[in-house]
Amino acid sequence: MNNTAVKELLYKMADDLLIIGHRNSEWTGLGPILEEDISFSSMAQDKIGQSQALFQLLHELGEQEPDTVAFARGAGQFHNCQFVELPNGEYDFSLIRHFLFDHADQLRFEMLANSSYEPLAKVARKVKGEIKYHVFHANTWVVKLGPANEESHTRMQKALNEAWNYALGIFENGPYEEELKQAGIFDGEQVLFDKWLANITPHLLKAGLMIPLQDTWQAVNGGRYGKHTTHLEPLVEEMSEVFKIDPSAEW
Amino acid sequence: MIKSLDPRVTRAEIELDNAIEPLKEMDQWETFEVFHQKRRGDQHMHVGIVHAPNAEMAILFAKEQYGRRGLSVNIWVVKTRDVFTTDYDDSDIFETVPEKQYREAGGYKVMDKINKYKKSVKA
Repeated sequence: MNNTAVKELLYKMADDLLIIGHRNSEWTGLGPILEEDISFSSMAQDKIGQSQALFQLLHELGEQEPDTVAFARGAGQFHNCQFVELPNGEYDFSLIRHFLFDHADQLRFEMLANSSYEPLAKVARKVKGEIKYHVFHANTWVVKLGPANEESHTRMQKALNEAWNYALGIFENGPYEEELKQAGIFDGEQVLFDKWLANITPHLLKAGLMIPLQDTWQAVNGGRYGKHTTHLEPLVEEMSEVFKIDPSAEW
Repeated sequence: MIKSLDPRVTRAEIELDNAIEPLKEMDQWETFEVFHQKRRGDQHMHVGIVHAPNAEMAILFAKEQYGRRGLSVNIWVVKTRDVFTTDYDDSDIFETVPEKQYREAGGYKVMDKINKYKKSVKA
């Protein structure tokens, strides 16, 4: 097995989940109503749990402890796509991001459930139920708010337009696409993207929301190679603030 | 469209009410009563309420409020206003005259008979 290629895959997945988990958790206490606040926070915790499972696999492949990897790196060492690090904005943007990202996340884990790298396949099968709920949650909100009234429709469409090119950055090719495919580990970003587009389209249609015209598509790439927006550094600093007070503390 | 006389089957076929009534400012969504089942075959237990604009959203919230810890296999939600209840003013309908021990299991003295039977089986 090509360890370098597997690690690259694990890092980008774990970092996506850690960063979106942290971002979504910023809504805790500020959600639109109590029940939704609890649901959204609970899903954010799920995401961080999933990232931890992946950091654990990295540790087994010789990387440092999960906590160290999560909290001791600088922003430039993160492999997450830029989409997940963008500020929450208003609830419309957070919901649209949740919808676009979680559909990709669900399909990625679905593809990995049959991966030849068994430890990852095992994690993928374990998180299936959690992600199913996340996608159900996202679909329900998007389909309700899309057509509900003029304000909600305008907001959701605007959020989708703003999110779109960043969302395309989820599928930025990594340096080892071919190796991972050959080894039966992961079928690659292009396959994932095609499945994703096919999956989100009917929900957006039902919501009365328009995917931006294809000739305007321009994926915001670079995240997978450590290129990030200015928003990531303050996030990482805040996230690791407590850890850095005493990195050797037992929790 | 009724497909079965079993209300659970027919209800499941009813199209979900997608129209969300706009609320007045500072008003709240209506409440749904939540029933939670720990294991398949167990009775669904009433566990509380959630605020939601429709049944689908109520399920969405109920899962996280009441189903995220411990065992869960199923959840029901029912609009609070669809629950038909007794009136607290009528609580006296549950009162009953105590001199009716014959209506309760404790009112029968049967241990003698049981012990006698056990003894005879053992012998």
